[in-house]
Amino acid sequence: MLTFTLRRLLLAIPTLLVISLVIFLLVDLAPGSPMSEIPLTVPPEVRQKMIEALGADQPVFVRYLLWLRQFFWVEPAYLIDGWFGTTWSEGEQRILSWQSRSPVFTIIGQRIPQTLIVIGTAYLVGILIALPIGIYSAYRQYSLFDQGGTLFAMIGFSVPTFFSGTLFIIIFAVWLGWFPTKYDTQLVVNDWNSFLEQMRQMALPVMTLGLANAAAISRYMRSSMLDNMTMDYVRTARAKGMTERTVVLKHVLRNSLIPVVTVIALGIPSIFGGAIITENLFGVNGIGAALIGAIHASDLPMVQTLAFIFAVLIVLFNLIADILYGLLDPRIRYD
Amino acid sequence: MKMRAALLGAVAVMGLAPAAFAERGADGEVKLTFPQAVSIVNPYLSGGTKDILAAAMVLEPLAVVDPNGVLVPRLAVEIPTMENGGVSADMTSITWKLQPGLLWSDGTPVTADDAVFTWQYCTHPEGGCSQATKYEGVASVEAVDPSTIKVTFSAPKPNPYTAFVSGLSPILQKAQFEACIGAAAPTCTDANNMPIGTGPFKVVGFTVNDTVSMEANPNYRDPAKPAFATAVIKGGGDAEGSARAVMETGEFDYAWNTQIPPDSQAAMAAAGKGQFVVAFGTLVERIEMNMTDPSPELPEGERATVKHPHPILSDIKVRTALSKAIDRSILVEVGYGAGGKPTCNVIPGPEAWASDNTACLTQDLEGAKALLEEAGWTDSDGDGIRDKDGKKLSILYQTTVNPIRQDFQALIKDWWTEIGVEVELKAIDPGVFFGGDPGSPDTFQKFYADVEMYANNSDNPDPETYLGQYQCKNAPSPETQWQGENINRFCDPAYDALHAELTQTTDLAKRQEIAKKLNDMVTKDSMVVVPLVHRGTLSAHSNTLGGVQINAWDMETWNVADWFRVK
Amino acid sequence: MTDASSAPPKPASAAREIWQQFRTHKGALFGLIVLGFLILFVLIGPLFWDPPQRLSDTIRMKNQGPSWTSPFGTDQLGRDILLRMMLAGRVSLAVGLVAMVIAIVFGTLIGILAGYFRRLDGPLMRLTDMFLALPLIPLLLVMVMLFRDKIAGLIGPELGAFILIVFAIGITSWMATARIVRGEVLTLKEREYVLAARSIGARPNRIIRRHILPNVVSPVMVAATLGVAEAIITESVLSFLGLGFPPDFPTWGRLLFDGLQYMQVYPERVVWPGLAISLTVLSVNYIGDGLRDALDPRIRGR
Repeated sequence: MLTFTLRRLLLAIPTLLVISLVIFLLVDLAPGSPMSEIPLTVPPEVRQKMIEALGADQPVFVRYLLWLRQFFWVEPAYLIDGWFGTTWSEGEQRILSWQSRSPVFTIIGQRIPQTLIVIGTAYLVGILIALPIGIYSAYRQYSLFDQGGTLFAMIGFSVPTFFSGTLFIIIFAVWLGWFPTKYDTQLVVNDWNSFLEQMRQMALPVMTLGLANAAAISRYMRSSMLDNMTMDYVRTARAKGMTERTVVLKHVLRNSLIPVVTVIALGIPSIFGGAIITENLFGVNGIGAALIGAIHASDLPMVQTLAFIFAVLIVLFNLIADILYGLLDPRIRYD
Repeated sequence: MKMRAALLGAVAVMGLAPAAFAERGADGEVKLTFPQAVSIVNPYLSGGTKDILAAAMVLEPLAVVDPNGVLVPRLAVEIPTMENGGVSADMTSITWKLQPGLLWSDGTPVTADDAVFTWQYCTHPEGGCSQATKYEGVASVEAVDPSTIKVTFSAPKPNPYTAFVSGLSPILQKAQFEACIGAAAPTCTDANNMPIGTGPFKVVGFTVNDTVSMEANPNYRDPAKPAFATAVIKGGGDAEGSARAVMETGEFDYAWNTQIPPDSQAAMAAAGKGQFVVAFGTLVERIEMNMTDPSPELPEGERATVKHPHPILSDIKVRTALSKAIDRSILVEVGYGAGGKPTCNVIPGPEAWASDNTACLTQDLEGAKALLEEAGWTDSDGDGIRDKDGKKLSILYQTTVNPIRQDFQALIKDWWTEIGVEVELKAIDPGVFFGGDPGSPDTFQKFYADVEMYANNSDNPDPETYLGQYQCKNAPSPETQWQGENINRFCDPAYDALHAELTQTTDLAKRQEIAKKLNDMVTKDSMVVVPLVHRGTLSAHSNTLGGVQINAWDMETWNVADWFRVK
Repeated sequence: MTDASSAPPKPASAAREIWQQFRTHKGALFGLIVLGFLILFVLIGPLFWDPPQRLSDTIRMKNQGPSWTSPFGTDQLGRDILLRMMLAGRVSLAVGLVAMVIAIVFGTLIGILAGYFRRLDGPLMRLTDMFLALPLIPLLLVMVMLFRDKIAGLIGPELGAFILIVFAIGITSWMATARIVRGEVLTLKEREYVLAARSIGARPNRIIRRHILPNVVSPVMVAATLGVAEAIITESVLSFLGLGFPPDFPTWGRLLFDGLQYMQVYPERVVWPGLAISLTVLSVNYIGDGLRDALDPRIRGR
């Protein structure tokens, strides 16, 4: 297991470098320019000067190498300076967004809290709802609960989030007025009232995303449980006189959780880039919204940095999922 | 006795003093929402109107343009003219006087040096200043004395009110931006996002593409204003969401750019919490006719260039027929409602500059068909599509992805099909269409289509620069990396000559007359530009927000100092 | 003593058994009926329902509510919404099914290769990682930019757009299937019967076909049903970005996006396409569920 992990980590480095190059070239090749959002009243000569000032007219490989240097040297140096008061990054230019001229990592830092709090909570809520539903549905296959649970899951991922989100807004925010329609990123939670306020503004996006997540995970849970419920060891355990509760929750569940855990682990990177529609709909200005906005404005440094971070997370969580799979299931051998 | 009177007097003054200051900040917080969030609060590095709207609450120019197109002084004492000696007789210089006692929000005095620095900042070759056109033709800016600014032009300028006028070119504080000039401009993040200004508010918090938090400027020159103590601009979402937040849920006071369908407008207005306001500037949605041949059979580099005139659209009868077939009032009814008016003019306003051109407003399908017959396009094989010399009357019609534009495409395709034209529709991502990427075939400059539809406007009530776009030399081509504003490659020496005359004319009435003539030359005389809808900027504000005067000639937040809470 | 008259029961064919099992799953039957109805609706509906389509005729009847002449009402240009739903459904269903098939075939292929042949596992999984990490929208923009005109030149703009979109969705959604299949194959590889087959010298080809493939059907079914939903939804997001079909080509996703701005005033314009998408996905999912049960030999006949 250890050699497997080390080998994968070592392999990850060239993989990530290749991925970063492919992303860079892809985004560069894609049509569009940072000047697309500039009003038409700005004449071509001025636009040309603006492009030059951004450094956007330099050849692709020059920009790529500059970005590599900034990402792997300047930004960490800046971080270390902040922690330890050194001056390694003095005078160096950080990765700047073309849209806003702000450093990309500052923007990421501003947006991580919203993303983690709202999207992360939705993911958690989804898991917490999905597991019990999946377990009980499999245990009582074809019962009323199962039919109901299946229906819930089906509806959960048949209805696209932009549809369900808008429906929720219309029903709960406009007609009933229970929740606000826009998310206030500046809300500071320091007492009971502001905590309640935070809960209120999180309710709709968490509901929208949580339902979608819960649906998918509950299906995997149910499918996995069903596969295991018919195994011989279950019959043995029952024959040995164990209570149903122990059989299901201790033996079957543990084995069934294996594929589900990997699915959950694989889904974690999507917290950061995947909930684009929900973030847009509710004004939760998080990382997903930043990526989409940057793509629309052809803001190359921002897209490149975010996409690369996303790639790192995916590779990392794939590795974690594989390791977990190997750890949890003794039948799997990697080496 | 004297002492007692003095003491009483002092007490009285102290009692009155809080009352005088009680008005500033008395109305709490004003909340604005934009469908696109603010990225930067420095208009000189900004990427769009949204940023300049926020900046206009903090930074001020010497003068602004009011909703009627008239100049109003801000930091200047009065508008310099030839009569009061502010503008030199040969029109090569204009002298502005600053109001006395002006302070920046950090307490330091405003001087003419700040204006000189602002000019240097925006004209620095490496600065990439997006408002460089405001300083075009300026030879120098000098501080004659700490409160007098003299702007000298390199040639006589009939309209000298460009530099330091309007929200697009406010004065920056030299002390704050001194180290940020030239290539260093984008690196000064704090200065760019929290500029020190003289406006009614100052920025106290900023998250990129998200929220701008502001507080009343304690050094604002009018002690009773602004009425609001704090302001917040939140961005993101879409036009419906923003409109809803003001008109239905009441969470926000002002929503900018709420372009929603007319029926939704009516429904939201019926809720009674807010109202829509429209301002009509010069924004015109139009169809541009390609005077050159975009056929893919031509070699790259010759396609859509003046080397090959358009085989179908070079005939004015065809262009006129296409324009006649369109019913502009239905277009407005379907797409814009109160936010639009049918128009035949490229310059629809201000009124004094608009030509009397209304012939195209009535749809005439029979007339269009007759014109096509006359031009030789007949349906010889009975398939419903006209042809001539074996060539089909086929048009590729492109625009950006936008529900209203797609509806327009559907309607116009239907009308054109009825007069016997075969239409293929194409919708392009706006980031690509307006991106100007020379490598992409889908930019509006490349114009690899027969007609394209989008909207354009002039940022100045005086349309000299705007009309200058249609000169022969401005046609995009491979030699110019496909940059250029003469999108339809229109070339008429008479037009160029008339425009040159406009740049030399000083008499206002004569200028207006020439502008009208130029407008007619590209619209009703030649039909290369087919205007459709005169679009206004549609915004929404709560009924509890007073003092809003929407302005098409400057920033909508131009008079935010005068906003107050209706009691 | 044998009873000659009661002959042993005829051995039922596998297909017949599967169908028997499938029928007992009520949800699957429901799904089959609903999907069948939807397919009929979109395929032959327009043959029977023929309201005016010329905009110059319809524009006078814009924004009308449901009535006898127009059961679903008309949109902002007066077009009959029922007809648009039918025409849009053709495209959406076609895209959903074809894109899903591409994704499944590709994903299963990669998953089996990666799971069974250890030497291929590393590079194939890195390839999967790379595809997962690629930002979808620039990839689609580039693909469309590079190929749209060429393909349109060959087979016309509509068919060209269809091929391009289906391909684009297909090659960007195979990764989940590949991972699931690879996981299953890794487990199955260690089962005794596989070891037994290997020990008697069976070639990998045969082992994969006879032992591995039938057993990965179950998770692939789950992935396939999710794939149809994802394909239809991805297509609507593509339409939203202008990468989809030409503007005069409605799809359910496109209708839903167009309806969003009218949501408050005419909520039915969002409800009908949303419902159609949801029902399609729902029925495909139920069918997948029933198939999964029917194909699992351990459940069959229980």
